[in-house]
Amino acid sequence: MESLDLAAQSVRETNQFFHDLSSSDTREFEILHPNGAHNIAVGLDAPVKVHIRGHAGYFIAGMNKQAEVTIHGNVGWSVAENMMSGVVRVNGFASECAGSSGHGGLLIINGDASSRCGISMKGTSIVVGGNVGHMSAFMAQAGYLLICGDADHGLGDSLYEAVIYVRGKIHGLGADAREEQMEESDYTKVNELLEMTEFNYDPKEFKRVASAKTLYHWSPNSKQFAVL
Amino acid sequence: MCGIVGLFAKNSEMRASLGSYVVPMIVCMGDRGQDSAGLAVFSEQNSKNSRRINLFSQDSTFPWDTLSEKLSQEMKCDFDSIDNHAVIIATEDPQHIIHWLSEHYSELFVLSIGQAIDVYKDTGHPLEIAEKYKFNELKGTHCVGHTRMATESAVTPYHSHPFIAGEDLCLVHNGSLSNHHNLRRMLEKRDIPFETDNDTEAVCRYLQWRLREGDSIEEALQKTFEDVDGFYTLLIGTADRIVLVRDAFACKPALIAETDDYVAIGSEFRTMAHLPEIESAQLYEPKPEEIYSWKV
Repeated sequence: MESLDLAAQSVRETNQFFHDLSSSDTREFEILHPNGAHNIAVGLDAPVKVHIRGHAGYFIAGMNKQAEVTIHGNVGWSVAENMMSGVVRVNGFASECAGSSGHGGLLIINGDASSRCGISMKGTSIVVGGNVGHMSAFMAQAGYLLICGDADHGLGDSLYEAVIYVRGKIHGLGADAREEQMEESDYTKVNELLEMTEFNYDPKEFKRVASAKTLYHWSPNSKQFAVL
Repeated sequence: MCGIVGLFAKNSEMRASLGSYVVPMIVCMGDRGQDSAGLAVFSEQNSKNSRRINLFSQDSTFPWDTLSEKLSQEMKCDFDSIDNHAVIIATEDPQHIIHWLSEHYSELFVLSIGQAIDVYKDTGHPLEIAEKYKFNELKGTHCVGHTRMATESAVTPYHSHPFIAGEDLCLVHNGSLSNHHNLRRMLEKRDIPFETDNDTEAVCRYLQWRLREGDSIEEALQKTFEDVDGFYTLLIGTADRIVLVRDAFACKPALIAETDDYVAIGSEFRTMAHLPEIESAQLYEPKPEEIYSWKV
């Protein structure tokens, strides 16, 4: 495994090194001394494996394509935001907006994720081993958010077609989000997501949350009026 | 943006070099704001009767020696100064000293009054300010600091954080408030005086009012959640406490690191990456509208 040391080179140089790789490079790298730095391993587009050894800052592994990035620590805001493909793993906890706007790929967070996890996701899959904070999956358009712990209030507010599975307690659903019956296809999907992680739970323990679709079209009978 | 930092030292060794631990924290947060910076340091109280009055002069050539000489003819006191900053330590009624200063040196700005608090704040990059006022030599039990990226009022030393509210209480804020003009109008009618048009001062004065009315800090903060509108992470220092809260949306960052030796608070992990044993510290984010407090 090749080492890149952030005590000796900048994040910009490190990211440029990754951007210059062939898009079929399969090597394995480790990044030392992240010390909470932002934007590490952003914009990767090669099937490489990258290990970040320690706590990292904002936007880690953003816009990821193909790469498998593992953070051996915690991350700040917006880890794996706008991911297209590949896998991002966080061994610790993740701050706000984890996996936001992602189009594809898989984000696995072993610990808790903070508020707004999966906000505006567009097809990515997110698996959280612990709890998620408030307003998670806000306006999520497509993809799956699987939560092995509890979900804080405002879960799935203004959801589109994304689906949320929650194993623990739901402390409050957002506008237009509702709990629905688990179907066979849901158990299959939950199992498929769990299979890609190290979490061993029975899919039968999970609840399904999806959009009630009452906000999809304007209705003259809804409470959407202005007080004049 | 703005950055906040706080450090609460649990042992005497760390207290003796509090400044050297906090300087990298505040300098790092220069990335979140470099219009101005400030630091409030709380030290263990030597005497119950004496007060520390921190002063700021816009003029860096201000004749502190003359002031010191004149003041010593009036009352028994200790005096120390560095650059634009000075501190008077006296047992005299602090209001008497403030009155004397306003008569003889009305150009001076009172930064803080209290038994434990010293406040430094100025415009410029936090690195310059830390060097100018020798932050790395500061000792104390705990401190709160701020780096400002101004968004709603002028860039002056007076508009810099920390803001003070009465004796031995100060506050730093990351965020923006939307009803600070209403708060100001309401508080001015209740005889709470303001020194600037800064939004953070409004929440600071709001706390001053609630404490004056007999609330505990917890009660005052519960009312803050109801009455203060906007985004905020607030870090408050008192003589023996450091208190942290975030608004209901919690979209302004904060991170807490706790070990047997210290509690560190910062906008980002980077601020605390240099602290001893940080890899084994308990790291967590404060939840919205919950009060986090540590007592000396």
